[in-house]
Amino acid sequence: MSLRRFVAIRVASTIPILFGVSVFTFALVHLTPGDPIDQLVALNPQISAAEEAAIRARYGLDGPVWQQYLTWMSNLLRGDFGTVIAVDQPVGPYIMARLPETVALGLFGWAIALLIAIPTGIYAAVNKDTLGDDLSRVFALSGISLPNFWLGLMLILVFALWLDLWPVLAPDKPLLSPAMLWYLILPGVTIGTASSATLMRVMRSSMAEELNKEYVTAARAKGLPERTVVLKHVLRNSLISVTTIAAFLTAGIFAGAVVVEQVFAWPGLGRAFVQAIIGREVDLIMAITLFTGVTIILANLLADIVYAVLDPRIRYD
Amino acid sequence: MALLEVDDLTVNYYTEEGVVTAVEDLSFRIDRGEKFGVVGESGAGKSVTALSLLRLVERSGRIESGEIRFKGEDLLSMSESAVRDVRGNEIAMIFQDAQTALNPVYTVGEQIAETIRHHLDYGDAAARERTVRLLDDVGIPEPEARYDDYPHEFSGGMQQRAVIAMALSCDPDLLIADEPTTALDVTIEAKILDRLDRLAAEYDTAIQLITHDLGVIAEVCDRVLVMYAGRAVERASVEELYYDPKHPYTVGLMSAIPRIGDRQDRLQTIPGTMPDLVEVPSGCSFHPRCPFAEEACTRTRPQLVDPATGERAGPDERSAACLAYTGDLDGELDYEVEVRGRDAGAATAESEPPEPDGGGVDRGADPDADSEGKADE
Ligand code: SF4
Repeated sequence: MSLRRFVAIRVASTIPILFGVSVFTFALVHLTPGDPIDQLVALNPQISAAEEAAIRARYGLDGPVWQQYLTWMSNLLRGDFGTVIAVDQPVGPYIMARLPETVALGLFGWAIALLIAIPTGIYAAVNKDTLGDDLSRVFALSGISLPNFWLGLMLILVFALWLDLWPVLAPDKPLLSPAMLWYLILPGVTIGTASSATLMRVMRSSMAEELNKEYVTAARAKGLPERTVVLKHVLRNSLISVTTIAAFLTAGIFAGAVVVEQVFAWPGLGRAFVQAIIGREVDLIMAITLFTGVTIILANLLADIVYAVLDPRIRYD
Repeated sequence: MALLEVDDLTVNYYTEEGVVTAVEDLSFRIDRGEKFGVVGESGAGKSVTALSLLRLVERSGRIESGEIRFKGEDLLSMSESAVRDVRGNEIAMIFQDAQTALNPVYTVGEQIAETIRHHLDYGDAAARERTVRLLDDVGIPEPEARYDDYPHEFSGGMQQRAVIAMALSCDPDLLIADEPTTALDVTIEAKILDRLDRLAAEYDTAIQLITHDLGVIAEVCDRVLVMYAGRAVERASVEELYYDPKHPYTVGLMSAIPRIGDRQDRLQTIPGTMPDLVEVPSGCSFHPRCPFAEEACTRTRPQLVDPATGERAGPDERSAACLAYTGDLDGELDYEVEVRGRDAGAATAESEPPEPDGGGVDRGADPDADSEGKADE
């Protein structure tokens, strides 16, 4: 019961944050010169000034910024996210069509990150200050320093061009087709390795810290095998701090998706976002931004819940 | 054959400041069912000794030499998995601070039951049943319900009881209790010691009780080893130690009142502090604090000898390590033992030997500790 109330309060408290984000983003978009109609006109010089004004009015782009914001907001509250002007399509379905691709990429990247980070982190902590620990440190450092786009390009170079194991660009197929899922590996690994580096360092330091605690000596003194001591007693305690970082990673993964989808021509929201920015598609930018915000907030909420499951001392009441 | 035989144990720690000898040439015996006390200030090497018996000294420490035989078998040359079969099963440990010794994220019951499942091959239900019985034995009310509580839902005294239950879970032959009551308040301390004493008899378990508190030793133990700066300085039965201490350090310990529950620093009457183990004083390491120290004490390291004969003593004989007993001093050890515990009740009342010479004076020196003690009775 108390957990339900906690969740309700948390969700409610995000509303001002989302509001702030929407105002800020809206202002930013309008501070940059140009709008979709400018591009339309540039491409079609035969459009007259009167026609241009009419089109602007149709999309509500003619009033002052605050008025545009209010219109946008009242539409939003009615569940209308606006229009993608370039293709004259409502924003909602436009996002929904690309969402599964990004979710698949994000989840896969996340899974890779956890799969690399947790075992390596454990290994590095248990074998602290040995060669293996140093190697993991080198890996983490390179993971943090290598930009996503570079790693993505290198993977394409090696695995697509040289080894010919993958196509160079994402095949134009439905997400759940074998060709598409196979292709998902490359961008997924790119996103995953970058995130795993941070996660691994946290895992290592948190576990190293836990390993020094007395309950570990006590568990050993009970005669439990080292595997049980580490994987049962220490791991669960160490995961408590890792959970928080893993939730933060959601933001990093979305940011990574923007670049990685571009590099791999992956047909998801990240690529749509870049195109929206180039085309000054206000409604689309706003929708994707808010959507990302909500996702990150939900991820943190999930982390808080996992946190309570892992640590019985934490009760949200 | 004694249950546990430790011979010439030396443990070094490799720190940034240099090699620290935490335990040096330590020998002692513990018989089956015996209650053996190890006393000394913190840093004297008591806890390191305890961890050595389970072969659990931390990574920076190393058992340099010596032998530890448990039931005649050399623990130090055993394989890791053979040692694991001994840990928690035949030799169990009660940690000083139950709160940190319990894993916060598992239930108290599970932490006891897992040991039982592991060593005794019990199924889940049987292990649970045995655990509930143990919790009951150590005096936890409603053990059935408390089984599923997490450590933070237990009070300090209950946590300590749970840790004792954990140590007793597989019916060990030797229980190492490292300051088992230091973290507790006075009344609970007395109860827990009493319970420990009874359970040891019931389970026929030998106890190695490690403490800085001579009052606790008096309450529980048969024989005592006094440690200073990593070395044994005196070994005696509790009675001998209390009424006829032979080492100046023990005398210092004694003059701070041996009564249970007194939180005063017992060593305030000995000027100075224990030496930094990186730079142990030459000769007798106690000489900077010893009121009888002479020039010889700074040069010659005293061995544990029979105080009556000055001959080297065996590992279970009464002995003290002071040059006075080997004839290397010009003066004599001139002190009077003041047994202030005489009328102090619980601490000495049970194991009372005949009235010692020169006993029962000087209570006034420590009125605070005294009245505090009375209030608890
Ligand atoms: S040997 Fe000397 S310094 Fe050491 S205890 Fe005896 S008298 Fe004191």
